[in-house]
Amino acid sequence: MTQEPLLLVENLRKYFPVGQSLGDLLLRRPPGLIKAVDDVSFTLLHGEILAIVGESGCGKTTIARTLIGLEEETGGKILFNGRQIGARERRLQAGLVPLESGAIGTREQQSLPRLSFKQFRQQAQMIFQDPYESLNPRATIFEIVAEPLVVHGLARGRAEKIQRVRNALEDAGLRPAEEYFLRYPHELSGGQRQRVVIAGAMVLEPKLLIADEPVSMLDVSIRAEILNLLHDLRNKRGVSIVFITHDLGTVAYFADRLAVMYLGRIVEIGRTAEVLKNPQHPYTRALLSVVPVPNPRLRRERVILQGEAPNPIHLPTGCRFHPRCPLAMDACRMTDPAYVQLSATHSTACLRVESTAL
Amino acid sequence: MAEMPLLQVRHLTTEFLLPGKGAARALEDVSFDVYPGQTIGLVGESGCGKTTVLMSILRLLPTQAQISGRVLFRGLDLLALSERQMREYRWKEIAIVFQGAMNALNPVMSVGEQICEAITLHGLMPRREAEARTGELLELVGIPKERGVQYPFQYSGGMRQRAMIAMALACSPCILFADEPTTALDVMVQAQILELLGNIQRKMGLAIVLVTHDLGVVAEMCDMVVVMYGGKVAEYGPVDRIFNNPQHPYTQKLLEAFPDLAQPVASLASIPGAPPRLSELPPGCRFAPRCHVCLPQCASEAPPLLEIAPGHFSACHLCKS
Repeated sequence: MTQEPLLLVENLRKYFPVGQSLGDLLLRRPPGLIKAVDDVSFTLLHGEILAIVGESGCGKTTIARTLIGLEEETGGKILFNGRQIGARERRLQAGLVPLESGAIGTREQQSLPRLSFKQFRQQAQMIFQDPYESLNPRATIFEIVAEPLVVHGLARGRAEKIQRVRNALEDAGLRPAEEYFLRYPHELSGGQRQRVVIAGAMVLEPKLLIADEPVSMLDVSIRAEILNLLHDLRNKRGVSIVFITHDLGTVAYFADRLAVMYLGRIVEIGRTAEVLKNPQHPYTRALLSVVPVPNPRLRRERVILQGEAPNPIHLPTGCRFHPRCPLAMDACRMTDPAYVQLSATHSTACLRVESTAL
Repeated sequence: MAEMPLLQVRHLTTEFLLPGKGAARALEDVSFDVYPGQTIGLVGESGCGKTTVLMSILRLLPTQAQISGRVLFRGLDLLALSERQMREYRWKEIAIVFQGAMNALNPVMSVGEQICEAITLHGLMPRREAEARTGELLELVGIPKERGVQYPFQYSGGMRQRAMIAMALACSPCILFADEPTTALDVMVQAQILELLGNIQRKMGLAIVLVTHDLGVVAEMCDMVVVMYGGKVAEYGPVDRIFNNPQHPYTQKLLEAFPDLAQPVASLASIPGAPPRLSELPPGCRFAPRCHVCLPQCASEAPPLLEIAPGHFSACHLCKS
């Protein structure tokens, strides 16, 4: 693929320190770290939809928050349109943190053109899970959708502002838009609210949307509408979408590519059809086997993993999935598997796959 | 089926009296049967009355709720009992796993103590025996009995749900109501809990009434299904028939809107509009404003629930018996 990716994430890490007790301090124990995201790399092309799936606590939301700059990355690189972004980078540029050399000063990295945080945020927008809590209850729909324009000083004059808000609402399927201008969030249904959230994100005409479980709070009959809307926006506006979800069922319809995460690491990534039809990692296989299928005649063999994902403070040695893996070998306890390329687009990190591929 | 149903729900109607505003009809004319050892699913969107059905049967609703119809447990009408008599049935014969296991446990009491309380409160056995029984119940749901001394915050979400199930089984009921037992849980934990419910059912011959909005869970767990819309039964029958030959337009659309990982299609169907508010129910068929095959009479005349094939009921003017 010759096209330059919109987003390039390399070895992204995000560790959270764990609170130390007085005893820990007195004994000078080093602070514990929750490795929420540990060495994650992926790319996102222009107009592409990448789904990141995994169980609670696997780090998928932390990735979303780090990408958009709500969390500061511990290490790794995030390039947006070829420019380095991320909260740590922002502080490096401002000379607020010591460089790797230990000297304090602004980073001399003229090779990479700078992208200010505000410019970046204009091009990358986030959609949160709960449309009931992410809208200001005291603002009208017009105010909510127009606010990003005001913040970024984009609309010149009242007429342009009205025009852009109207377009955004109509693109989000709220027609006629004028009927919604003066209404408040509480007057709208859950599906309509999520449309308002999407209109507020799209009014800036961003290149990247990060959607964190955008439909999990909605009823089944409304879910498809919102997913179809996001699909249309991608097709018409060419916006790229990072779609965070725990629901593999919706991914099959929605995403071009799929990344499966387990304990802060991507265990398998590939085109959606490739991963769903030919899953290679034992975790992906187990996860796929337990998704309930609405067909009472279909009796599948289910791989039900016992227990729950361990605490990311005490990561298992070797492959982090080995304690729950039905196929674990001795070597899995010792060796952290590297990625094996199964096709140009499909790769997975599993020692078993590695040994059969060679 | 030659066997007698354990529970017969007939024309169950529940209204909430609103001060100065009349009444909101949350349920209207809901009827279904529960047979021993069977699982029956109640499905529908939020606000369609699924949970209200369970609460009405157990008579756990606040006093402004007016319940009519009949709920026959082994032929005895539970709605006609006094509160004192009702206590002999609630939990001992019909137990419930409430929605949101995270919040349903008492945070300042150990889990074992809470299960033990459920046994001793019903006067089933002395304290010492109840403690031994608590250990058995915990083991039954896959929790090591030593962990009974721990508090809910020391449990993961899946374990709390298991503890709630253990508590519901404390008095060896013959019917278990499970209200969205896996909604807040991850798919893997959901699979564990559903497997557990299935195992317990086989071991104890329990009848389960499963409330869910997940059609996949219904397909995998249930024998019978009640599809509800706007407080009424839209369609009722054996799971295999309803999923492969749905007759009500709402059931058809709901199934099309539900993603099927086994057979992905290009795009998902959606149902335009939103479910009706209970205070502004449409006069005829409640689904008419969103229906894709609506007839003129649908707007004015509510369709009756007709038996269109043996055991398969549908409430739609397009379905003829």
